[in-house]
Amino acid sequence: MSSTQQFCTFFLDGYIFGVQVEQVREVIRYQEMTRVPLVPAVVRGLINLRGQIITAIDLRRRLGMKDLPEGELPMNVVVRTEDGAISFLVDEIGDVIEVQDDTFEPPPETLQGLAREVVHGVHKLPGRLMLVLDIERAVNPDDLNGHIS
Amino acid sequence: MDDLINDFLVESNENLDRLDSELVKLETDPSSQELLSSIFRTIHTIKGSCGFLGFSKLEKVAHVGESLLSRLREGKLSLTPEFTTGLLAMVDAIRNMLGEIQKTGQDGNESYPDLIETLNKLQDRDQPGPQKVNPGSPSPDDIPNQNQADFMQKILAKSAAPSPDSVQVNSLAPLHHESPSVSSSAGPEEASSAPHPPEETKSANVPGETIRVDVHLLDRLMNLVGELVLTRNQITQFSARQTDPNLVSPAQQLNLLTSELQEEVMKTRMQPISTIFDKFPRVVRDVGMGCGKQVLIEMMGKDTELDKSLLEAIKDPLTHIVRNSVDHGIETPELRVARGKRAEGHLKLRACHEGGQVVIEIADDGAGIDTSRVKNKALERGLITPQQAANMSERELLNLIFLPGFSTAEKVTNLSGRGVGMDVVKTNIDRVNGSVDIHSAMGAGTTIKIKIPLTLAIVPALVVVCAGERFAIPQVSLCELVRIEADAANSKIEFVHGVPVYRLRGRLLPLVYLDQALHLERTPESAALLGSAATIVVLQADDRQLGLVVDEIIDTEEIVVKPLGKKLKGVKIFAGATIMGDGRVALIIDVLGLAQQTNIVSEVRSRNASSHDEAAEIDKNKGNRQALLLIQVGQQGRMAIPLALVARLEVFAPAAIEHSGFQDVAQYRGEIMPLVRVSDILQITAGEKDASDVIQVVVYSEKGRRVGLVVDRILDIVEENVVIQNPSHRDGIRGSMVIQSRVTDLLDIPSIVRSAQINFDQEQPPVEDLVSA
Repeated sequence: MSSTQQFCTFFLDGYIFGVQVEQVREVIRYQEMTRVPLVPAVVRGLINLRGQIITAIDLRRRLGMKDLPEGELPMNVVVRTEDGAISFLVDEIGDVIEVQDDTFEPPPETLQGLAREVVHGVHKLPGRLMLVLDIERAVNPDDLNGHIS
Repeated sequence: MDDLINDFLVESNENLDRLDSELVKLETDPSSQELLSSIFRTIHTIKGSCGFLGFSKLEKVAHVGESLLSRLREGKLSLTPEFTTGLLAMVDAIRNMLGEIQKTGQDGNESYPDLIETLNKLQDRDQPGPQKVNPGSPSPDDIPNQNQADFMQKILAKSAAPSPDSVQVNSLAPLHHESPSVSSSAGPEEASSAPHPPEETKSANVPGETIRVDVHLLDRLMNLVGELVLTRNQITQFSARQTDPNLVSPAQQLNLLTSELQEEVMKTRMQPISTIFDKFPRVVRDVGMGCGKQVLIEMMGKDTELDKSLLEAIKDPLTHIVRNSVDHGIETPELRVARGKRAEGHLKLRACHEGGQVVIEIADDGAGIDTSRVKNKALERGLITPQQAANMSERELLNLIFLPGFSTAEKVTNLSGRGVGMDVVKTNIDRVNGSVDIHSAMGAGTTIKIKIPLTLAIVPALVVVCAGERFAIPQVSLCELVRIEADAANSKIEFVHGVPVYRLRGRLLPLVYLDQALHLERTPESAALLGSAATIVVLQADDRQLGLVVDEIIDTEEIVVKPLGKKLKGVKIFAGATIMGDGRVALIIDVLGLAQQTNIVSEVRSRNASSHDEAAEIDKNKGNRQALLLIQVGQQGRMAIPLALVARLEVFAPAAIEHSGFQDVAQYRGEIMPLVRVSDILQITAGEKDASDVIQVVVYSEKGRRVGLVVDRILDIVEENVVIQNPSHRDGIRGSMVIQSRVTDLLDIPSIVRSAQINFDQEQPPVEDLVSA
């Protein structure tokens, strides 16, 4: 017997990532951002989410991927973290999918670098792999500070 | 059930707070049946409720207290300080138990046997009370024999009682005879030695007058109104461009309604300062008892309202100041009498609104602060250097007590004097954008004045643009705006060793370019603005001023301050963010953070300490940045004096120079100041001078005595890495260094003063001191 979990999926540079549905507050289209000087480049700026000011973190930069090509606008996945809501900038939103617990595996040892810090593990989907994002790690300020560009 | 317990906790905690002040009041007016009854009722209510809710330990403690009170009320005992102390201890015990209940749902393991015994002993004391023999005050509370008319009379008396700041809903309770808690509390009552009238039930709220509202709900409401204000701003902006009356008039209406709503919602978060003030009589009593002092506390403006979050923020600092005043400020009764004051110390608390701020004054008529002791203490702790100390004004000396690790108390008491405190006070007040000011007169007392904004949620701010981004600057830090036209900009902005400055009414104002401070990238269009007119926003950061150069000033606006996420907390330069009329986010600049970032203010709290280190290190000839005064001595001699040693720069007319013995002197600030010609001491030919030329004097002060050093010209003030390259053995010169790519001699002022044989009386310090100075 294994239980199932629902994941909200999104795409980054061709990879499928997933976060647990319960952690996601909402998904919104691109919002204009106010950049914040003197902070690590992964922090892309602040957005106004119906009056709440939310920090937007560029997941591509967080994972050490190259930026989206000029002119392509990211989407916002707003997640709940211990310190309140945070928005992740992603390329595109996928479906909400249901996965069995037994398809989960920790990341392979060969996965190194920035991705290792924030990828909690992998769900083996038919034909594809979904990388499970550890959102608390992804927004950890200490880790972010290491990425001053 | 949980709701019941919660209600009980909230209500009991409020009642206990009132008890504290009522007990203290009772001590000064022991015959007041009214107070006694009110205290009795509160304890009785708590006892009754916890019997009902099954908190037996709490009930026991309340029960002995109640028995004691009932004997007091019947006049069988009279109130002595011992009683008050015992009863206050009981209040504390009950408070602890309530805290335990809140945490665990149980009244804890502690059953306070000692306290119960003490209270029982007090109760058993056979001591006839004065009230008993006083026929003039028949106890109106002997309820069993009392008719309804007495009840009503009492209620009326209550409502007329001069204590309007705490609405005593309890006074209506006696009418609710049929409340269920009567029966439950009746049991233990009968068992107790003193029979109690069944007058009390759980206090009943007066319906329709007040309701309890969760603070979080108010916070959410406040946020929503903030939203509404922003939406309103957007609509107002849009409708201003429209002509259709179907839109314009409702938009205006919306505008007005929103403002009104915002104001009203703000009010819901306001609380009178009495919520804090009312705790002080107890604090003063406890501290006073602890150190054997008599203190009368007087409070004014208790109904001054301010935002709840601010009240929370100032509660601890205020308590600390009050404790300090009693513990250190007010003298012992014997000493007071010896000094010709009333034995009883007087502590005055005053709160009022003043220009959009709340001003709180805590004044005592105690010994005042001995600035010379403050100075010695600061020197001893190494918080300042001797030469800094010599140059400090009274006010600056007083402000030293806000440095971390500072305490003048000779005696460390339980409550204060452990060297922490006033710095925490200042930090806490600073955090809510407030300010602390201290005045003290030796022997007459100390007054501490705290200014805080009414609310933190909405602040007036100046909106500026730099490199295409908008920023908000809180107006509290704003001094003035200066605009320099394009053609003048180049000449008006000068450079000191590459650092831009502006002469603001003759004083050098350090300039900070916002785009550079924030590393903003300029788009081509915003880059075009460079080189055109410059706008300087003059800001006050701590005690320094700085000029912030921005591209454009938009307007002043009321902004709703929103916190930045924890991720961005590390960036000190921003105080938060706000949402502008167009829905976009703008960052709020923290002026103090900006000043620190740009080194205008080093590290606020440790500024004195760090400059001490600098002064210490310069002696080891280590490189260190120091402000130096450049002077010209003789025709060519270019010399430098550490600015820290300079008290003032003065000019004298030649006619003002007089002679005393062989010494040139000048009258200066009511004293005779000896003048020393630096060129004479150094045996340099003085520069040619017309008889009409004014005489430039650098005033140096040591041990309260001043010496004027006559120089030929004051050249400049620079900040330099002091690296003495060529140590000198010549009297009066420490060595040479390169300043502004010219060789400059660093003067040894103490040695010059010594060479001039200026005698600092008996107070002449040992030579080492002079050298280190």
